[in-house]
Amino acid sequence: MKRTALLLGLLALLIPQLGAAESGAGLYLQGCVSCHGLNAAGVPPGGDHFGPPLQGVGAQAADFYLRTGYMPVEKANREPVRKGSPYSDAEIRSLVGYVASFGGPPIPQPHPERGNLSEGMRLFTENCAACHQVAAQGGLVVGGTAPQLDRATATQVAEAVRIGPYLMPRFTKKQLDDRQVDSIVRYVQLARAPDDRGGWGIGHLGPIPEGLVAWLLAGGALVGVALVIGGRAH
Amino acid sequence: MRRAGRWAIAGIVLLLGRGRRPRELPPPEPLVDGAPPAPGAELLVAGLLGLAAAFAIAFVVVYAGGANTQLLGLALGLCFATLAVSAVVTAFRLTPPEEAEEPYPEASHPAEVAKVEQIALESGRHLTRRKLLGLAAGGAGTALGVALLTPLASLGPVFDTSRLRREPWQRGVRLVDSEGRVLRADEIELDTLHTAFPEGADPDELGSPIVVVRLEPVRLDLPEGRSGWAPEGIVAYSKVCTHAGCAVSLYRAPHFEPSRPRPALVCPCHYSTFDPATGGTVLFGPAGRPLPQLPLAVGKKGELMALGGFSGPVGPSWSGVRE
Repeated sequence: MKRTALLLGLLALLIPQLGAAESGAGLYLQGCVSCHGLNAAGVPPGGDHFGPPLQGVGAQAADFYLRTGYMPVEKANREPVRKGSPYSDAEIRSLVGYVASFGGPPIPQPHPERGNLSEGMRLFTENCAACHQVAAQGGLVVGGTAPQLDRATATQVAEAVRIGPYLMPRFTKKQLDDRQVDSIVRYVQLARAPDDRGGWGIGHLGPIPEGLVAWLLAGGALVGVALVIGGRAH
Repeated sequence: MRRAGRWAIAGIVLLLGRGRRPRELPPPEPLVDGAPPAPGAELLVAGLLGLAAAFAIAFVVVYAGGANTQLLGLALGLCFATLAVSAVVTAFRLTPPEEAEEPYPEASHPAEVAKVEQIALESGRHLTRRKLLGLAAGGAGTALGVALLTPLASLGPVFDTSRLRREPWQRGVRLVDSEGRVLRADEIELDTLHTAFPEGADPDELGSPIVVVRLEPVRLDLPEGRSGWAPEGIVAYSKVCTHAGCAVSLYRAPHFEPSRPRPALVCPCHYSTFDPATGGTVLFGPAGRPLPQLPLAVGKKGELMALGGFSGPVGPSWSGVRE
């Protein structure tokens, strides 16, 4: 009798927790609260765990950081990198819903098919290429890295433009309206698999390595021809 | 006495050193026998050389008139091609096919050397228009040289450098974006980078483009005398890097400052990094002096305008402009 009561008591304690593990709030309390604080209020720096408040960042930022695997980050002062998320798709959705309940912009819906490719390239060159390189291969900023965009989905590109993750500046709708973002997304999708004339992109590193390769190949061919001519003369 | 002796010795040495003039040798037996003069070929070569000169001049003309790179290439290519053809015609039609045999082991035998020299001297003898050919070759060479030196003009103004110091920013000039729209203070949000130009001025002037960012006013630590330069925490700097003149198009805008490097304006060419909070001072990289700051004010309708000119000379450092 006593044993049954104990078991029932344990079950009564466990069941709400099992239920909570599937809700966004429960996941938040397990994985996010140590840095982002109760009620998404943030934790000021000072200890090992600190982080910005998430009130007002909305589904837009939560979806970006969780789907790219930027969050959870190992250490609060570590640069986030793209990795597989420890959360399932359903868990991400409920976490995003929980963070969105504190207010903020929704997940953007880009329409790359409505964008203009040449305008996208011009806008990308003006606004993004300084860090990400014109071929979207990624690059360096002092104090951080700008990621390669080959794995970024259309939604993630649109989200990143608005929130400016890590060291990236963000772009307001007055700077780049949604139609212009559509064009940028379309260009990023093209840059993922560009039409390489001759079939060899040489890492899309630009004219200098391309020139080097051309010179090495042309130089090698010239030496070969010279050897053939020299051999015939004898 | 001693000096006189030295003078005497010097005089004797000079006299001896003059030596005897070699006697004029009688002209040797001709080796190159009368190749027929070919005035037609000479005219052809002169014409080709003139054509080469014309193409080289065309290069200069194209350069001056907008410098279409494909036309530039065409002009230079045709110049080289006509030069090559003139060399081929000279080789086949104007150079007599005379050979001096050189048995290999005695290549340096004086008699053979003299023979080759004689052939070289005599082979030009049948040319009837030496001066014309010389003139044509000189003209083509000079024109080509001028053509190859013309692009030096692209390195910048030489005689009138005042263009580099012209300042389109003056008190009351409003800030416009690349499409000419007037920028308002409330459009400049935190963590965004804006490029702006002076209203009504040439955006291609060295002193025109600026970058505008908003910082939290408490973070500002501007140098003395710049206290009223950043209304609401909005600061503006020249977009031209003080190192090599690239566009400062990178803004490091940390999402959450305690765990990130501070905000900075970065030039993508060589990663010169400037601190917008402290008057554009260099945080990192090869730049030798801060980015020149532009004092800002907010007008009655909320539009941004300049309060005056830049805090220092705009553009890459050259001699004399390096603090």
